[in-house]
Amino acid sequence: MLLAASTGEDLLRAVLQGAPPGSVYALIALGFVLTYKTSGVFNLAFGAQAYVSAAMYFQARNEWEWQVVPALILAVFILAPLIGLVLERLIFRHLSNSSAVAKLVIAIGLTVALPSLFELVTGFSAVAGRTPTGIIPGGSSVFYDPFGIYPLSRDELAQMAVALFGMAALGALFRFSSLGLALRAVVESPRMTELSGINADRVSAFAWALSSLFAGMAGVLIAPRFNTLMAPDFFHLVIVAIAAAAIGRLASLPRALLGGLGLGIFIALFNTFLPRWTADHGWLRPFQENLTPSMPFVILFGVLVCWPAIRREHRVVDPLSGVDPPPPGLAALTRNRRLTLITRVFSVSLLCVIGVTVLLRADVRWLFLVTQAVILAIIYLSITVVTGFAGQISLCQGAFAAVGAFTVFQLADRYDLSVLAAALVGAALAAVVGAVLSLPVLRLGGVWLAIATLAFAFFFDAVMVKFSWIGGGGTSLFQGTRVPRPTIGPWDFADDRLFLVLAVVAFTVVSFLVIQLREGTTGRMLHALRGSEMAAESIGISPVRARVTAFAVSAAIAGFGGALLAIHQENVNYQNNFSPTAALFWLVLVVSLSARTIEGAAYSGAAFSLFDSLVLRGEVFRWIFRGWVPGILPISPKWRFVLFGLASIQFSRHPEGLVEYGKRRATRRFNERFDRRERDRASQETSP
Amino acid sequence: MSPVLELRGVSASYGPFRALFGVSLTVEAGGSLALLGSNGAGKTTVARVASGLVVPTSGSVLVDGEDLTGARPHQYARAGVAHAPEGRSVFATLTVAENLRLSFRRTHGASGLSCALDRAYDLFPQLGNRRSQMAGTLSGGEQRMLSMARVLVNPPKLLIADEPSLGLAPIIIDEVYQSLRAIREAGTAVLIVEQQVGHALQLCDRTAVLGHGAVEWEGPADEATDVMVGQMFTTGEDG
Ligand SMILES: Nc1ncnc2c1ncn2[C@@H]1O[C@H](COP(=O)(O)OP(=O)(O)O)[C@@H](O)[C@H]1O
Ligand SMILES: [Mg+2]
Repeated sequence: MLLAASTGEDLLRAVLQGAPPGSVYALIALGFVLTYKTSGVFNLAFGAQAYVSAAMYFQARNEWEWQVVPALILAVFILAPLIGLVLERLIFRHLSNSSAVAKLVIAIGLTVALPSLFELVTGFSAVAGRTPTGIIPGGSSVFYDPFGIYPLSRDELAQMAVALFGMAALGALFRFSSLGLALRAVVESPRMTELSGINADRVSAFAWALSSLFAGMAGVLIAPRFNTLMAPDFFHLVIVAIAAAAIGRLASLPRALLGGLGLGIFIALFNTFLPRWTADHGWLRPFQENLTPSMPFVILFGVLVCWPAIRREHRVVDPLSGVDPPPPGLAALTRNRRLTLITRVFSVSLLCVIGVTVLLRADVRWLFLVTQAVILAIIYLSITVVTGFAGQISLCQGAFAAVGAFTVFQLADRYDLSVLAAALVGAALAAVVGAVLSLPVLRLGGVWLAIATLAFAFFFDAVMVKFSWIGGGGTSLFQGTRVPRPTIGPWDFADDRLFLVLAVVAFTVVSFLVIQLREGTTGRMLHALRGSEMAAESIGISPVRARVTAFAVSAAIAGFGGALLAIHQENVNYQNNFSPTAALFWLVLVVSLSARTIEGAAYSGAAFSLFDSLVLRGEVFRWIFRGWVPGILPISPKWRFVLFGLASIQFSRHPEGLVEYGKRRATRRFNERFDRRERDRASQETSP
Repeated sequence: MSPVLELRGVSASYGPFRALFGVSLTVEAGGSLALLGSNGAGKTTVARVASGLVVPTSGSVLVDGEDLTGARPHQYARAGVAHAPEGRSVFATLTVAENLRLSFRRTHGASGLSCALDRAYDLFPQLGNRRSQMAGTLSGGEQRMLSMARVLVNPPKLLIADEPSLGLAPIIIDEVYQSLRAIREAGTAVLIVEQQVGHALQLCDRTAVLGHGAVEWEGPADEATDVMVGQMFTTGEDG
């Protein structure tokens, strides 16, 4: 009896504890669903938008010492909708015919770019331990305890009140106002709304402003829960919101709302009861310690994989969708012999020049950077396979690479195995992980597949890496995850020049294998599947087998590359090299440059590794102008993120990638000139 | 007086697929044109160009003498062009009343709204009985009635009806054409795209026959029947 009573009490406590963050999740989930329904954009950047509003509020309150109301007006009611409007007007309005995946890539770019841009413009920087304040005085110090179970702080009450008010206002807007009616009409069919004489673009812009306002409000409300304002925490926020929205199948606002509340409470319940079970079952402990911070991702992954309904996303078909031309065929590799030849000759001679220069002239730092570029190019070949060939966006290549790197570390550390052999074992292990992961995830397809792999990447980051049999546990905190360099016979690869040669050899071998894969059966199957899944199935191609193969091969390549990277740096350096955010960065970089070619991977590796030193710090200018560097250089590395965001926007215009685009344009020009000369010659010969 | 709709040498395409090649057509104010032609001839595309849904790649579109080429569909609607598209032409996720409110709101304002709704229900009593039902759950005929009601209460300068009889029972088709006649009598010009040639020819004064994205014949409706027979044969050969 006593036990039952206390369990009931615990339940109630968890509900009270979970409801405030749950209502903030609900708030942001509502905004998420609103933009998704009106514009089809899967806006991961909501987290970044929430961060910007929270930081603006913090800046106004703490630095400029404004009152609550003006600070709130500036951060939530002016800045947040303004950002939404700008994004809609400048970017997403022009993407209405792009694929959902293209929009997702841009949203990822914005996730990275927006916080940096904000920090550059306002000079805001997070100071550890400066806890943000809420929107009412005494928010975190005055408590109310209506049931004698869990004291709710004023901040928490404010969170719930504002969320409730927001939902009520949104409901009223939809039900009673003509703007709400127009919004619902636009959700069904923007074109038919236009035929009724309503400017649908303006209605969508309003939807963006409104949902961004919700995101901003959620950011300001949730900020006091964090010790220090940092953008990644807000990314977690949007992940929970996506899970909540997925529960509502991305279509229903009330269900998204309940999903948000439910997830908040579920997380609180989990935090209450899991520690007790672990007290009884010791083996659960490492899970418990690591699971708590990564709950959003675990939940999202669970919801996606176990909730089959979301795959059958319910959408009323737009009766005027027939006005759109069919989507352009996937950026086909227009291959002709001249183009291939030019590419090969150009790449090989460029490589030779660079290689010789680097080997003869480069100092330690440049040797390091160039070697890193080559190894990253190997990792990027894994994106070429899974995204370029199989057409799936995987956001967990960093985790696969980390599997390879950690395997080398563990095998070398414990069993003294040769690191090169260990790298191969790492690749095999990564392949297994990739294949196992691909089974549940591949059924999702499209944007959901990308989101599920993202959730996996964060889960790996938060839980798996913490295990001592993977990440080295506590000892690695002090000693690092050390990895030795190999020696083969007379060659000691501790020498950096020799190691660069090894990396280039490895890149060549992997490229060769990737080309073999493309030309072989699996590559052809994947190609057929990209054309039309149904047609491919009808001629007996199994989509599952080809795609699982692609996933596994891609994971193996990433694992091998990750192992090489660890060997090169003589340390796994997980946080720097393989964190989930790094993997996001990789993907956007590779798809914006060119996801379907070997050169695309090579250029991406060079861009990732060398851009910073060459351009942002102005080394190029130093070489060209003999020591002179423009006054604005070096510029803040934050600009790198902003430029990166801009690059991702290019992706929508050139889905084949910038490298491929440039190459095709060059060939076209060349062909035109060549043909003209031929024609001139022909006409001269015929004329007497 | 300038014609209510004039297409001058309009070409149009869907991405890389070209659908119209220099189509020129005119609908006089208060006049009526039946646009005929086989499947894939480009009739729907003409209708879309005339209401701004498809922007011509060359040529121009004039509404009431004003050049609206490249304007957005809502600007066409505000200039007096109503387009009832092929297939479902109502919002399935809105109720009958909400569908009506959406189109009356702009023209009648908040004050005239209930008055306009009442007139719609007077014209089509069966809509009044179902005013809070989702329009997607109405029968095909009732959906047509709903889109006719929007136009009848608030007569535009030009109504474009794309296959208004598609998928309806003969008796319902008669009703639809009665409403169209009423719309004509209210002074609205109509452009009707049809495969049900008989009804359209009875309703309209003029006819244009489209084939392979170009106007093959244009003239008075009563001369059209012979031409249509000829056209059927020619398209039968290459289709
Ligand atoms: N969304 C679209 N994308 C590509 N081609 C289209 C699209 N809509 C129509 N077409 C093509 O345009 C031509 C004209 O079509 P349409 O105007 O619908 O003909 P009709 O209404 O006379 O049957 C056809 O060849 C059709 O295949
Ligand atoms: Mg048609």
